[in-house]
Amino acid sequence: MDTVKILHFLTTPWVFLLWTSFLKSFIFLNLTIIVVSVTVFAERKVSALIQDRVGPNRVGIPLTLFGAKKDSFFWGLGQMVADPIKLLTKENFVPAGVNKFYFWLAPKLVMIPPILILAVLPFGSTLFGIPMTIAEMNVGVLYIFAISSLSVYGITLAGWASNSKFPFIGGIRSSSQMISYELALGLSVVPIFMICGSLNLNEIVDWQIKNGWLVSPYWPKGFELSLLLHPSDLIHALVAGLSIQRFALWIPLLISFIIFLVAIFAETNRLPFDLPEAEQELVGGYHTEYASMNFALFFLGEYAAMFAGSGAIVSLFLGGWSCPLIPDGSHGWFWGLVNIGVFFVKVSLMLLFMIWVRWTLPRFRYDQLMKLGWLGFFPIALGNIFLTALILAFIHH
Amino acid sequence: MAIIVNRPKLTFVERCYLPSILAGLAITWKHLKRALFKKGIVTMQYPEEKWDANMPEWYRGAPTLVSDEHGKDRCVACQLCEFICPPRAITIKPMEIPEGDQWRKVEKRPEEFDIDMARCIYCGLCEEVCPEQAIYLRKDYSITGLNRAEMVHDKKTLYKLGGVMKGLVFKWNELK
Repeated sequence: MDTVKILHFLTTPWVFLLWTSFLKSFIFLNLTIIVVSVTVFAERKVSALIQDRVGPNRVGIPLTLFGAKKDSFFWGLGQMVADPIKLLTKENFVPAGVNKFYFWLAPKLVMIPPILILAVLPFGSTLFGIPMTIAEMNVGVLYIFAISSLSVYGITLAGWASNSKFPFIGGIRSSSQMISYELALGLSVVPIFMICGSLNLNEIVDWQIKNGWLVSPYWPKGFELSLLLHPSDLIHALVAGLSIQRFALWIPLLISFIIFLVAIFAETNRLPFDLPEAEQELVGGYHTEYASMNFALFFLGEYAAMFAGSGAIVSLFLGGWSCPLIPDGSHGWFWGLVNIGVFFVKVSLMLLFMIWVRWTLPRFRYDQLMKLGWLGFFPIALGNIFLTALILAFIHH
Repeated sequence: MAIIVNRPKLTFVERCYLPSILAGLAITWKHLKRALFKKGIVTMQYPEEKWDANMPEWYRGAPTLVSDEHGKDRCVACQLCEFICPPRAITIKPMEIPEGDQWRKVEKRPEEFDIDMARCIYCGLCEEVCPEQAIYLRKDYSITGLNRAEMVHDKKTLYKLGGVMKGLVFKWNELK
């Protein structure tokens, strides 16, 4: 009797929404933390390989302590656990001259926005009929912009509250940089809304499943594996995908993809835009005075922002959780899990790309950064919107 | 006089950054791919791999005491090394060689000979000053210990590290 009652209670719509959302947030949040520690490890390993080094390869399981002949190193994967443990157990030192309240507040403000962004990312289709988005909002992309611009407060506050010159310069640089690139970031995705007709990330992903990823100029219509057996249908599908409008739209979409990508780099303070923490000039930038877990929160915030930014790029331009020939979650829980896997594979590749770029490019000079933002990306993004509008208005096939 | 450095005139493609960014990415990708298959890695995995074979003859590692092929511990406890040692790492307690010993005519030898490796600066002055060719800086460089007491090399350790060195001047032979 009781179990029936409980089940009945759990399946009432609002309770169902509540506990599934809670479960999804819990799992996704923990997954994010794992992704962050893996990314930090990948960052160190990839940077080492790019610089012809070996990278962290020592932290493993000390089997010799338990009487084995050799230690097991596991290619240094233990580093992923060792780094957080080190940061957690260090003394949380607060310098005497800082503004205590804001000094404690700043790392939390840096860390919270990227995690909030994750709420609207569609990281899978459906699993057991539950949509794999924590909060499906019809202003999803606007929400991302609104929240991501909040993280500048944390950095600026950290620089100011530290009461020290280098963090201060870092904080100031960060605020001007973020404001400059926020504009280009927002304007660069307007063409997508014009094409898809929606601000909802789920609908944008659905549009891409039907009409092809936004970065591709051509997409076979209704292509399936079974079509390979029927050449005439195959040719029909291939030809149906050809469209002059789509091909013309490829130009503005590619431009907006590049601008969005670069702006995400600037938003997450990654090289070549890491002026707020420029180690060679500003010691550690805005987090110079921070130690232990406070510092780790900045670290977590930066990498979570990378994760959220990659998720946004994947959802907006690279088809989200969809992959050609793979059905969505309505065909069974297995495909639902595969969709989630596809999303995470795409995000990982994006993160790898970010790491790769970081260890390739030198840092911009500050005036170059501002010039690029205001005289480069801002007008191009504006012009791009007009170009898209013209194409949509005059080319219909 | 002002020197005018003419900046190279960049073409539009060059000013776009993107081609050179792609070229840079290609270079780093090449290195990444090569290093992934353990090729072209320049670092050495220290405790397993060492550079010992390539060390120069004149390398100054840990100071040690040597014996010679005649079975004589060469140190005669003259204490010159103790006096010249800049960080005063060496402490010698001399003793008289007892009657009936094979090397009685040498008269003195160290009863205790301690080198504090926590103090030693590997300058090699002890080796240079030694009139008996008894102390040599060898190639050991990883001297470790868990406390200060462990870092002190006593006479036994020093002779063990030094071993036997052949072909040194043998001035304490029976003919002299």
